Amino acid sequence: MLEWGPHRRFSSPSPPPIEYNPPGPCSCRRAAGGETVSQPEPKRLRPFLAGIKDCLPVLPGVMSFGLICGAAMVAGGLSKTEAVAMTLFVFAGTMQLAAVQLAATGAPLVVIALAGAIINLRFAMFSLSIAPHFQGLPARVRALFAYALSDNSYAQSITHFTLHPDEPGHIPYHAGVTLAIWSAWVAAATAGVFLGAAFPREWQLEFTVSLTLLALGVANMRDRAAALAALAAGVTALLSAGLPYRIGLILGAGAGVAAGILAEQWIRPSSGR
Amino acid sequence: MDTTFVWALIAMLTAIGFVSRASFILLFPRITLPRGVQRGLRFVPAAVFTALIAPDVFLSSGALELGSSNPKAAAALIAGAVAWRTRNTLATILAGMAALHLLRTALLG
Repeated sequence: MLEWGPHRRFSSPSPPPIEYNPPGPCSCRRAAGGETVSQPEPKRLRPFLAGIKDCLPVLPGVMSFGLICGAAMVAGGLSKTEAVAMTLFVFAGTMQLAAVQLAATGAPLVVIALAGAIINLRFAMFSLSIAPHFQGLPARVRALFAYALSDNSYAQSITHFTLHPDEPGHIPYHAGVTLAIWSAWVAAATAGVFLGAAFPREWQLEFTVSLTLLALGVANMRDRAAALAALAAGVTALLSAGLPYRIGLILGAGAGVAAGILAEQWIRPSSGR
Repeated sequence: MDTTFVWALIAMLTAIGFVSRASFILLFPRITLPRGVQRGLRFVPAAVFTALIAPDVFLSSGALELGSSNPKAAAALIAGAVAWRTRNTLATILAGMAALHLLRTALLG
């Protein structure tokens, strides 16, 4: 399930060379080898632009979440500088929201780190799934792609790679996707930081953090097992809310995952392996 | 919030954010996860987000409070229903905020 897509491309008799088209001044530089004469001149520009274009439909969603995230960080007690720095360095909206929410209720760094790691576990899964497409790229390019990998850029690129496995230009396509999502997110979150600071406190904008996480949680309840996982996690977290350092969050997450795995076995005993 | 704490938090989240995403792209490109771990990962988002918000929404001074003194609980339930129906983050937020302020005005005067 995690290894969809790349195999045809890399097992074909003459695999196309992996190209990288950095979004920037050198985007017109030609690759040293592997260019086909019949290919049009801007060979990497076209997939790069296609990547940007394919992201346009999701940008409103990305930007509204970015606005909320920026505003929520300020509502949670961060200064504008800190909030913008967090947006640029961390570039993981959900983890930022969760961390600010936890920090505002006095959780210690260790618990926030653990919660952040759990929330970002899905990126390890995305990383595993998309890594074969980046084989052979220089380490600094892979580092850049890793830093900027997001739910949306992963979903967009992996879908494109899966639907068009033999189409050249996977790397410039992903560069276009990454640039579009990254810049939309950073611009919107920065705007949110400055707009959010202007809203009065009695609007209780910090509640939008809980609501955003709620929407993301519900979006991930795709079947009964996942809904049961959420229920078990919520009940456990409520029951253990009296424990110090918000350990209840970790217990709840663990109980939820365990409940999900058990529920899946009970609902469809023969599935899985 | 304490400045040192916030910058430590930013540094820590930067590291976690990068390592989780670089894991297989950069750091361990040849490793595959055991099947059991992959199956468990699927439940992580729903479990973590629920465990994260449940106490903030349903508890008031440490005790379960679903009544009129905690309009956040009812607003979250309404927002949850909207999230379930629409699967739309923005609609969920708008519904939840509208519910919160209507309930607050109605209940607390």
